[in-house]
Amino acid sequence: MNALQTKALAKTYGSGLVALKGINLEVQQGDFFALLGPNGAGKSTAIGIICSLLNKTAGSIEIFGHDLDSNREFCKSQIGLVPQEINFNVFETPRNILITQAGYYGIARREASTRADEYLASLDLYEKRNQTARTLSGGMKRRLMVARALVHRPKLLILDEPTAGVDIEIRRSMWKFLSDLNAAGTTIILTTHYLEEAESLCRNVAIIDGGEIVESGAVEELLSRAMVQSFVLDLAEPVSVEIDLVGYRLISQKPRQLEIEVNTGTSMNDLFAQLAAQDINVLSMRNKANRLEEFFLRLVDENKKSNTA
Amino acid sequence: MKSLLAINTVAFKTMVVREVRRFTRIWVQTIVPPAISALLYLTIFGTLIGSRIGEMDGHRYIDFIVPGIIMMAVITNSYSNAVSSFFGAKFQHYLEELLVAPVHIVVILAGFVAGGVARGLAVGALVAAVSLFFTDITVQNPLLTILVVVLTSTLFAIGGVINAVFAKSFDDVSVIPNFVLTPLTYLGGIFYSVKMLPDFWESVSMFNPVLYMINGFRYGILGSSDFDIRWSLFVILVFIVVLGSVALFLLNRGIGIKQ
Ligand SMILES: Nc1ncnc2c1ncn2[C@@H]1O[C@H](COP(=O)(O)OP(=O)(O)OP(=O)(O)O)[C@@H](O)[C@H]1O
Ligand SMILES: [Mg+2]
Repeated sequence: MNALQTKALAKTYGSGLVALKGINLEVQQGDFFALLGPNGAGKSTAIGIICSLLNKTAGSIEIFGHDLDSNREFCKSQIGLVPQEINFNVFETPRNILITQAGYYGIARREASTRADEYLASLDLYEKRNQTARTLSGGMKRRLMVARALVHRPKLLILDEPTAGVDIEIRRSMWKFLSDLNAAGTTIILTTHYLEEAESLCRNVAIIDGGEIVESGAVEELLSRAMVQSFVLDLAEPVSVEIDLVGYRLISQKPRQLEIEVNTGTSMNDLFAQLAAQDINVLSMRNKANRLEEFFLRLVDENKKSNTA
Repeated sequence: MKSLLAINTVAFKTMVVREVRRFTRIWVQTIVPPAISALLYLTIFGTLIGSRIGEMDGHRYIDFIVPGIIMMAVITNSYSNAVSSFFGAKFQHYLEELLVAPVHIVVILAGFVAGGVARGLAVGALVAAVSLFFTDITVQNPLLTILVVVLTSTLFAIGGVINAVFAKSFDDVSVIPNFVLTPLTYLGGIFYSVKMLPDFWESVSMFNPVLYMINGFRYGILGSSDFDIRWSLFVILVFIVVLGSVALFLLNRGIGIKQ
């Protein structure tokens, strides 16, 4: 079953700006799904409509097989949202914020208090539970929103850039937390600008640009479709002569560093053989960017070109 | 899944708790000022000036104005609680906590209105307590008094929600109270009986809904009114139904809250 399905979902804001041009999204139950796209692509707009915060202009949405328009209360009860912008009452305490949110989903106070403590603890906010939310750091505020989104135990969790401004250590622990949650059965939809995050967490992805889905599918499959990869090679000794490579593209050459583009499927052995023949000693090698990132950048770039053409 | 009724019952309780906590937490801004102004009105108009006025409608002047002063506090506080709570939630975006949840719009409206009524009644009770230092009136018809005050605060709390729906800035929150509410209350016969007015102005006053509320309340307390008490209740109920429907329509459409 699909946890989420949108058909020709479109949104034109009052200003006349067309933010979504009729997108079709399908997220399987149990999936860990990445919704990627550059700033202003329409990700938050789509999420806002799915979570009943925005009115759509056209199209339809199903949550676990139920139409959102005709079954709004049921659909809402299935979804937990971590929005992009801070949207809790900063004069409240984290504990009260969670208890209140639980109450809105029909969870009575006693049970809500237990859950609030449980989720505050698992997001490492227990110590701060009784101080006003205004005094939390930026990363803590994000974690508070994650805890709040979970308090009614939704089957579909939607996170709009949950790790923006979160330090590396906490980000990693958040990844672990989300992976465990997903493994336990929660369907997760994530938007992020950290593509290594999407690559390591998500199984499926849709890339949205200018209000349209420009690519979607399994992460693995998209990556295998990426035609080229760029590598950065660090050299043992400075090289000043121009290097000659057959079958590989030399993008840039600095005395101690080469950047080389390799077609997917091409063996790297020959590259090293050619370099060795020219007396070049390679100390280390790494991907120029994370693979998904490279794929993403090319795609968005192509999209830009085809739009201006 | 829990029934929608069960969910909404808990949601309503949650909203009421949150609303009451909100205005009691900032009680210095919400509860104290109206008590102080009531104290001033009663001292200046009631005691100092009132002693020279003598009787109004067969009552001591101070006794005559007490119901109106309580009612004025109830009206402004119900209204301003609803408008500032709703607008605050909208402005800081935590209204979204309600919008994403399976809370019915009737409950959303009822929750904010209940908050307004709670503050209106709390302040009303405080002002009534203050007035006991000045008068020793006994309430003639307690049930009717309570009915009128609850209905009136409900009505103005609904008005506050509607105001907040349209408000885009904090300025918009004070326009209606300053330019509509205050004049209507002052002209609603707090300090005088409309019978004292020239015929023309007496007729004009009949279009002021606040007049019916203050008179209804005064009738409950003193046992006398400028006109039939059933009219008062009817006018208040009609306004509640009309404004309540408008508020639900706006919330249902998401006007002012959803783009
Ligand atoms: N309230 C609004 N009124 C008018 N236009 C809006 C509004 N909100 C967003 N937009 C526009 O809609 C488009 C999509 O915005 P959206 O917030 O959905 O992008 P996004 O993909 O979430 O971007 P980001 O990665 O920066 O969060 C943008 O052009 C934005 O300017
Ligand atoms: Mg966004």
